[in-house]
Amino acid sequence: MDYWNLFIGFFRIGILGFGGGPTMIPLVHAECVKKYGWISDDEFSDVLGMGNALPGPIATKMASYIGYKVKGIVGATIAIIAIVVPVLLMMILLLGFIYKLKDNGIVGGMTEGIRPVIGVMMAVLAYEFLKKSWISWTKRRTVLWLLISIGALVGLGLNPGIVIGAALAYAFIESTSMTRKSKRENANSDRSSAE
Amino acid sequence: MKLLELLWAFFVSNILGYGGGPPIIPLIQAEVVDHYHWMTLEQFADVLALANALPSPIATKLGGYIGYQVSGVAGAIVALVATIVPTAIGMIILFKFLHLFKTSPQVVAMTQIVRPIVAVLMGILAYQFFNSAYHSSGIVQTGIITAVSLIALEKLKIHPAIIIILALAYGAFVLG
Repeated sequence: MDYWNLFIGFFRIGILGFGGGPTMIPLVHAECVKKYGWISDDEFSDVLGMGNALPGPIATKMASYIGYKVKGIVGATIAIIAIVVPVLLMMILLLGFIYKLKDNGIVGGMTEGIRPVIGVMMAVLAYEFLKKSWISWTKRRTVLWLLISIGALVGLGLNPGIVIGAALAYAFIESTSMTRKSKRENANSDRSSAE
Repeated sequence: MKLLELLWAFFVSNILGYGGGPPIIPLIQAEVVDHYHWMTLEQFADVLALANALPSPIATKLGGYIGYQVSGVAGAIVALVATIVPTAIGMIILFKFLHLFKTSPQVVAMTQIVRPIVAVLMGILAYQFFNSAYHSSGIVQTGIITAVSLIALEKLKIHPAIIIILALAYGAFVLG
């Protein structure tokens, strides 16, 4: 049953993802967080964020992570096949037909039609992540990192992968040094209480 | 030999393609057109236009289709494996790392720092989608579709697949 759900979920993501990778991000959220509950909101943000720090197409990266979590290597394979193969077969088998469609404006109209829908889904996701960060992190840090990422992504136009990679490295180093410091302080207070 | 070349061409272009599908396209073009001469620039442009007209990730459509043109079904499989598997392994390692250390302060800190950045990233993408909708279909159509889909998604909680299918149909008959 899980295999079938994985296939259907990622098939829907692939077949409805007109306009490339980013279109599929809110669809992955709708299927994998909301409909099937395979991953939590937090995990979705982890996968999306950290997935962006790796090269390659984002949709297949998300499919492999989520498929693997649900049903191991077989699950990852099914999720990837479901998102990639049906449309590829269409492309190879129905070449002439699609060529005709491509030029008569219908496909262009379809891609135009879903843009605002995807825009709405993206905006809702942005709002939800912001709310989550606001509630579960310190407000000062949320605002600070909002400003940093707006400056880096919009102002400087840096690649998201690089911005996220740098932020992850910073978080790792900072929390490591804080853990060490608090351990040292604990050790000191243990010693002084022993005396 | 062709299969090895396909494996290498699509491995290199995807592993160097940082930031998802679109940045990968010129790298694939460099391998397929300039380096291996599997197709001319015009042919590549045709394949790209065809791939853009269809849903699902662009990199896998290009890989699978060009692989098929060069070496048949085996070529398609090899190009797809080269496109997908290296980063899929990366994601599985990431999964194991997150689960093994999910309570460690480092992973907690990384999860927290990613959230506001992802929020900004989604906000930028939302803006780009609205902006391109405004430029291609105008303010009225964009406003109508936005309002209807916001109500359908958030108030009526209709599954996005249904809304997207309706929007595709609306686009095909009204905007096309």
